[in-house]
Amino acid sequence: MRATRSFEIGTGLFVILGLAALFFLTTQLPSNGLKLSFGKAPGYDVTAEFDNIGDLKVGAPVRMAGVRIGDVSAIGFDTQSYRADVHMHIYPQFSQIPEDSYASIETEGLLGSQYVGISPGGLSTYLKNGSQILQTQSAIVLESLINKFFANYSNSGAGAGGSGNTGGNSAKPPNAGGKPQEPHP
Amino acid sequence: MSNGARHGPVAEFVRKAGVMGIFFVRLLIACGPALARPRLIVAQIFNAGGRSLIIIMLSGLFTGMVLGLLGQDVLQRFGAETALGIIAALALVKELGPVLTALLFAGRAGTSLCSEIGLMRATEQLTAMEVMAVDPMSYVAAPRFIGGVIAMPLLVAIFDVIGLYGAQLMGVQFLGVDRGTFWSQMQSAVGMRDVTEGIVKSLVFGVVLSLIAVNEGYHSEPTAEGVGLATTRTVVVSSVLTLFLDYVLTAVFL
Repeated sequence: MRATRSFEIGTGLFVILGLAALFFLTTQLPSNGLKLSFGKAPGYDVTAEFDNIGDLKVGAPVRMAGVRIGDVSAIGFDTQSYRADVHMHIYPQFSQIPEDSYASIETEGLLGSQYVGISPGGLSTYLKNGSQILQTQSAIVLESLINKFFANYSNSGAGAGGSGNTGGNSAKPPNAGGKPQEPHP
Repeated sequence: MSNGARHGPVAEFVRKAGVMGIFFVRLLIACGPALARPRLIVAQIFNAGGRSLIIIMLSGLFTGMVLGLLGQDVLQRFGAETALGIIAALALVKELGPVLTALLFAGRAGTSLCSEIGLMRATEQLTAMEVMAVDPMSYVAAPRFIGGVIAMPLLVAIFDVIGLYGAQLMGVQFLGVDRGTFWSQMQSAVGMRDVTEGIVKSLVFGVVLSLIAVNEGYHSEPTAEGVGLATTRTVVVSSVLTLFLDYVLTAVFL
């Protein structure tokens, strides 16, 4: 009888654990699954609107001078201003952030993920629950930066190439696209 | 069964495959009456799953910790430690979880299934059941098969979750990857498709490994040596087939 009971408890434990793990895998892990939120952590919430948040995700850190002071709790879209509405949860011990602070979206390293960086302002009134950070800077989109760089480069290159063209095409090929192919064959 | 030696090795292999195919169909038919005896199935779920729980959890924990350690070491060279969650989750859910669990299952549960049935065969318990008009297929083989099929996906899910927390323990607690980023990057990169792939793999492995173990035991030579050989064959065939099927399923899902 005791043996039967213990094996029944063991089976039940195994099945419950397994089903709980399956539930976790199918709901909590994938991006399109429903997420459970476990209560409300202490602290306060502030919002900020950005023109472009790039690749910022819910759960990303909020940092001030490199120290983590909170996390991104929700990302929305303002249909009036067409800007991204980022809700941040700030930990309770960081309660003295000036109201005119400046929020920007920054990247960890070259390939890293993005986070919200906050630079302090000078006012002696502090951010509180529900207040909004007004001064923001969008994410730097690397592709547009590269595009700008190449636009500038080809502009300055076109001047040099133009003078080369009058001299003779085969003598001087400093063209942005065609140049790397030359040494290969 | 003993006249197999007269054929060549190729014919013998084909005959074994045929035996297994016929056995699979008989097993599926026997599953009907076996479902009428849920207590037998529950006992086999405990045998195959509950008793493998500790080894699966330990293996999952250490696999996850290794992923965290190695992933952090490689990724920090590119300044991309924040992708640790993605790598750990995809590796665990898609490949390592199902495959490692299946290999452990073959060693832990497959051998015990096979040798148990083999010993019943050797001590003529199966014949005695037939004499008593009890069908050993539905009374012995099918409950073990069903138990293995049910236990396998649950074991894989437990392995995955423990592995994720192992990776988190290593990456976040010891190596300083940001916790929120670890989980949010993971959740945004893992899709339902990846989880489905893992579950389908675990179901396939459950069916195949349980079938091999029960089949080898049922058709083992009724001697001590025969049972030993059948048990060895179970592990070898299961392991090779697991890795082969994993390749096929990965190619199908890609």
